[in-house]
Amino acid sequence: MTDDIRDSNGVGEHGMTRRQLARHSAWFGGAVILTVTAGEVISHIPGSAAPPPASSTDLRFVQISDSHIGFQGPANTDVTATFAAAIDQVNSLGFRPDFVMHSGDMTHLSTPAQFDQVKQMLTQLDTDRVFTVPGEHDSIGDNGPIAYRQAFGKNTLGDGWYSFDTHGVHFIALVNTLHLEQLGHLGNDQIDFVRKDLAGLSSDTPIVVFSHIPLFAMYPTWGWGTDDAVQILSMLRRFSSVTCLNGHVHQLFTKTEGNITFHAAASTCYPFPKPGEGPSPTPQVLPAGRLKDALGIRTVNYSQGSHALAVKDEKLA
Amino acid sequence: MIMNASSSPPLRRSRTARLTALAAVVAAVAGALGLLSACGGSSHPEPATALSPGAGQTLPGLPGATGTGDTVTATPPPGTSPASPAGSPASPTSSPASAPATANAVSIKNFAFSPAELTVKVGTKVTWTNTDPDAHTVTSKQGSNGPLQSAALATNDTYSYTFTTPGTYAYYCSIHPFMTATVVVTP
Repeated sequence: MTDDIRDSNGVGEHGMTRRQLARHSAWFGGAVILTVTAGEVISHIPGSAAPPPASSTDLRFVQISDSHIGFQGPANTDVTATFAAAIDQVNSLGFRPDFVMHSGDMTHLSTPAQFDQVKQMLTQLDTDRVFTVPGEHDSIGDNGPIAYRQAFGKNTLGDGWYSFDTHGVHFIALVNTLHLEQLGHLGNDQIDFVRKDLAGLSSDTPIVVFSHIPLFAMYPTWGWGTDDAVQILSMLRRFSSVTCLNGHVHQLFTKTEGNITFHAAASTCYPFPKPGEGPSPTPQVLPAGRLKDALGIRTVNYSQGSHALAVKDEKLA
Repeated sequence: MIMNASSSPPLRRSRTARLTALAAVVAAVAGALGLLSACGGSSHPEPATALSPGAGQTLPGLPGATGTGDTVTATPPPGTSPASPAGSPASPTSSPASAPATANAVSIKNFAFSPAELTVKVGTKVTWTNTDPDAHTVTSKQGSNGPLQSAALATNDTYSYTFTTPGTYAYYCSIHPFMTATVVVTP
């Protein structure tokens, strides 16, 4: 009797068994995954199905963040090893990303030696190009921003901002970790750059904005926001698809405001508490063996002609 | 058993129906995607798949391991050494040591300076000790032209400064700027 009820629930509730649905998802490929993601069917599939089979014309890039090379402490006794693991995971994705973005806090203390180590490790990524934006840990004191720009600032503008295009998508990389007072700050020079940069773009151009500190007010009490970001966001309102990707908060978080979607990324070093949980954003010490579950890499896929970008986060293997 | 026997045929029908519906949705979505692709193709004729810099710019970044751009030599930049605050009127020192909690000591703990307001006589040497797992700085507030400018203090690092002029000195951690405090120096 018990067996009958279990069987009845397993099949009857969703119309298909999980295995059947997973098989069909894999068979139908990308279209079915988009379809079921919009609904709730996919939530019934543990571990999800195979990733959409991307065509060679798709844009695929990777975001890694917050490696904090140079950190020493119980939250992660070997940040170099976890960063190397993240790089290996990117190199084992099964496809070669068009580029990789490190969204800041590459180093822990902004020293030239730490920047040099990060730079060497980043050039091991199997990709065409590696981009960066600085974190506040890459901007410490008078020498931090200088050391960052000497390592990564070639061909950037101002304090290190820039834009580029590929696959019909326009990318803007911002610096909001200099001139901090309570929150992240962009400054008028950078806001002017964005205004001019966006001026010639048609409103159906997909826009991706990278910054270290979130451009939305995730938790201002801990500095998780950018005081003058609204000036940038208002310029982005006319575009049909805007994706803002940030680091800094060492945890996954997604928020949508109208046409703009924000995705905070996991770190490769250690997690922070959720906003307001605990007295401060201090590195969290996890039980042995649990650290990698709180770390990760992010892949982003965009098919030309589609509306939104597909963001996929995975734990560190 | 009777319940199972009676509920089985409807389940079978429902499964078939849902599979058919799903296939229809897939076909519809595939069609919509095809239309979208067509629209996108007409408004963006063959967008370049190569990386190209923004208008008037040169492409930043580094080539990856299989990149096609310029090569990278990763050597420490010349002329930069780990920060040592220079040019201060007094002589700040930074050393890994623990300082006793006295009236001229500030501890940095749980992302806060404690005490948040310290009052000392002119000529007093104040020592900050970072006991947090993260790094912090002791930095005069921007625009205040204050003298406090520590390097990044790792766990158990200390920073000292001797105040030679009365006044109120606002400072913060430049890594975590929500951490703010003041030292009041009396004559």
